[in-house]
Amino acid sequence: MTAPEGHVGHHGPADDPWSLLRNATRARVALGRAGDGLPTARELEFRAAHAVARDAVHTPLDADRVRAALADAGVDLPLLEVHSQAPDRETYLQRPDLGRRPADGTRLPAGEHDLALVLADGLSPRAVHEHAAGTVAAVLERLPGWSVAPLVLAHQARVALGDPVGEALGARIVVVLVGERPGLSSADSLGLYLTHDPRPGRADSERNCISNVRPPHGLSYAQAADTLVALLQASRRLGASGVVLKDEGAALPPGVG
Amino acid sequence: MTIRRTTLGGHTHEFPSLSDLLAKATPARSGDVLAGVAAESQEQRVAAQYALADVPLATFLTEQVVGYDEDDVTRLILDTHDAAAFAPVASLTVGGFREWLLVRAAERDEAAISGLARGLTPEMVAAVSKLMRNADLVAVARRTRVVTGLRSTLGLPGRLASRLQPNHPTDDAVGVTASILDGLLHGSGDAVIGINPATDSPAQTIALLELVDAVISRYEIPTQSCVLAHVTTTLRALEAGAPVDLVFQSVAGTQAGNRGFGVTLDLLTEARAAALELGRGTVGRNVTYFETGQGSALSADAHHGVDGRAVDQQTLECRAYGVARHFDPLLVNTVVGFIGPEYLYDGKQVVRAGLEDHFCGKLLGLPMGVDVCYTNHTDVDGDDTDTLTLLLGAAGCSFVIAVPGSDDVMLHYQSLSFQDVLTARAVLDLRPAPEFEAWLARMDLLDDAGRVRELAADAPAARALLAAAR
Repeated sequence: MTAPEGHVGHHGPADDPWSLLRNATRARVALGRAGDGLPTARELEFRAAHAVARDAVHTPLDADRVRAALADAGVDLPLLEVHSQAPDRETYLQRPDLGRRPADGTRLPAGEHDLALVLADGLSPRAVHEHAAGTVAAVLERLPGWSVAPLVLAHQARVALGDPVGEALGARIVVVLVGERPGLSSADSLGLYLTHDPRPGRADSERNCISNVRPPHGLSYAQAADTLVALLQASRRLGASGVVLKDEGAALPPGVG
Repeated sequence: MTIRRTTLGGHTHEFPSLSDLLAKATPARSGDVLAGVAAESQEQRVAAQYALADVPLATFLTEQVVGYDEDDVTRLILDTHDAAAFAPVASLTVGGFREWLLVRAAERDEAAISGLARGLTPEMVAAVSKLMRNADLVAVARRTRVVTGLRSTLGLPGRLASRLQPNHPTDDAVGVTASILDGLLHGSGDAVIGINPATDSPAQTIALLELVDAVISRYEIPTQSCVLAHVTTTLRALEAGAPVDLVFQSVAGTQAGNRGFGVTLDLLTEARAAALELGRGTVGRNVTYFETGQGSALSADAHHGVDGRAVDQQTLECRAYGVARHFDPLLVNTVVGFIGPEYLYDGKQVVRAGLEDHFCGKLLGLPMGVDVCYTNHTDVDGDDTDTLTLLLGAAGCSFVIAVPGSDDVMLHYQSLSFQDVLTARAVLDLRPAPEFEAWLARMDLLDDAGRVRELAADAPAARALLAAAR
């Protein structure tokens, strides 16, 4: 039995009456049965999707790979590395509080910058491997005249790790590019979280989020960068981020949360 | 404040408060470690269980883990406590209560066990569950009877119902309908056809309610619908005259947790009254539906009790049942593997929590179901959900949740499949709700042995249902 390529879709020929259901939704309808269970092919398709998602969570973040991808994308900012207080994946998954704090002894060069970009493994290092460089390049080319801090690659990191990192770098705004929790058909989705005046203790309501950066299935780098830059400009103008910015929604592209 | 002590293995273990004792006695789970209340060693955990076994049940009526003056959930629990129902076990310790339950379960004395519900507080039930093994939780829950109804009857012996969950990422009417039909063709949906809306707005909620109501009316299905919007949204839909069968709300075990969910007890009272007024039931008058889950209070930083001490997540979960039961629900389910590995880390913890929640909810008088589920960052897979599902079937679980192919394409997590429900029913000889089973027979969806048949797409029954997707 050969595994099918790509996403599991069960779209049948038009003369199959079940295709009426299958064509109506991406949900796994009309799978058929073997007794009370699933046919073998459907069972294995499901396991394959779960395996890809599980592996995406547990793939270690590869700094060399990210550095190479950034160079390929023409990004010439230096790349610094930080670790959170979670020493390993097992701890990281059980202790989100540790993933929000930099490891003891973390040193970052203090400066004065308009923006810092933090590349955080989150729940899908694969998303950072595949989509961080392209997103960073698209964002930077839209921000002429902005002073941008050295890039920071963060291991075992949650979104809120961007708060102490952004503060230490002296950034007015921090954007954390983070691997999102893998779904069964989306193991490589990158999320972008913007926080104005980052410092420890910022609440989630003080952030703005763009989710599902994942070409070709989700947002493209250009779409994500356009939206992010609109948010960045609004944030700089208002001196804030989060719910306040959302209320200014008229100025922003649709779908910005 | 009583300091409780146990000497075990040459060490004296001290537990300075009731909440500390309950937390330290709890079987291991990541959420209690995260909250900083878990036992620090296996020996300390068992020492706490020894000490807890000696605590009189009546202590929980006078010594609180969350203060009476600060918390309306505590006030609700204590102000509605039924001393007459409590009388049969009033003189027992927690350890003695465990044995009392096991003896009644072995004697199949459903009336004795089920009659306690209003005499028990959530903390008593949480406490005894911490002394019980998985099989104890199954054995007692199996002999605890809670029957509810609206247009189908749930909780009867020998039955396992399911919530058909036809979620769609954009609430697309055709997509939702396809999933509903797929579920009905597999014999699912007798507990409820319940949609988590992608957008929580009155307009979207009304559109979905009308969609499901049309399917139910067209095929005269003896079940109910629910759109799991916030209770304030459902109230707006009720005001607009929408066909609301059930008022849904997520609830937590502290006033602060419920504030985090944007609800008060008054709001729930108002919504229930409005739904009751519609009189949409045929076999019963239970018009509320609640979801809960261990860790929800902690995730909202609403897990503190007396003197600011953190309370363990399973005790708080039981207190959420104390809220739910006040509103005579048709359905309550814990969403046991949804919240993530920082609360329940792996299959062992999820299975344990699912059995605890089911047992505790049922003993408190709730029509308890379970969303047997997991996310991809938790160490859980289909083998674990099989284990929990079959154990819950043996425990007499009221209902489970099922989605097409186990894959919820809106909420991005995995629950049971319709096939999983068929398997559990077949293995354990369980049947759908009686009204729904009769409907399946009328629609020619059952074979001679009463099993849901696998239909060819051109079978008359399939064609009749598929017509709705056109």
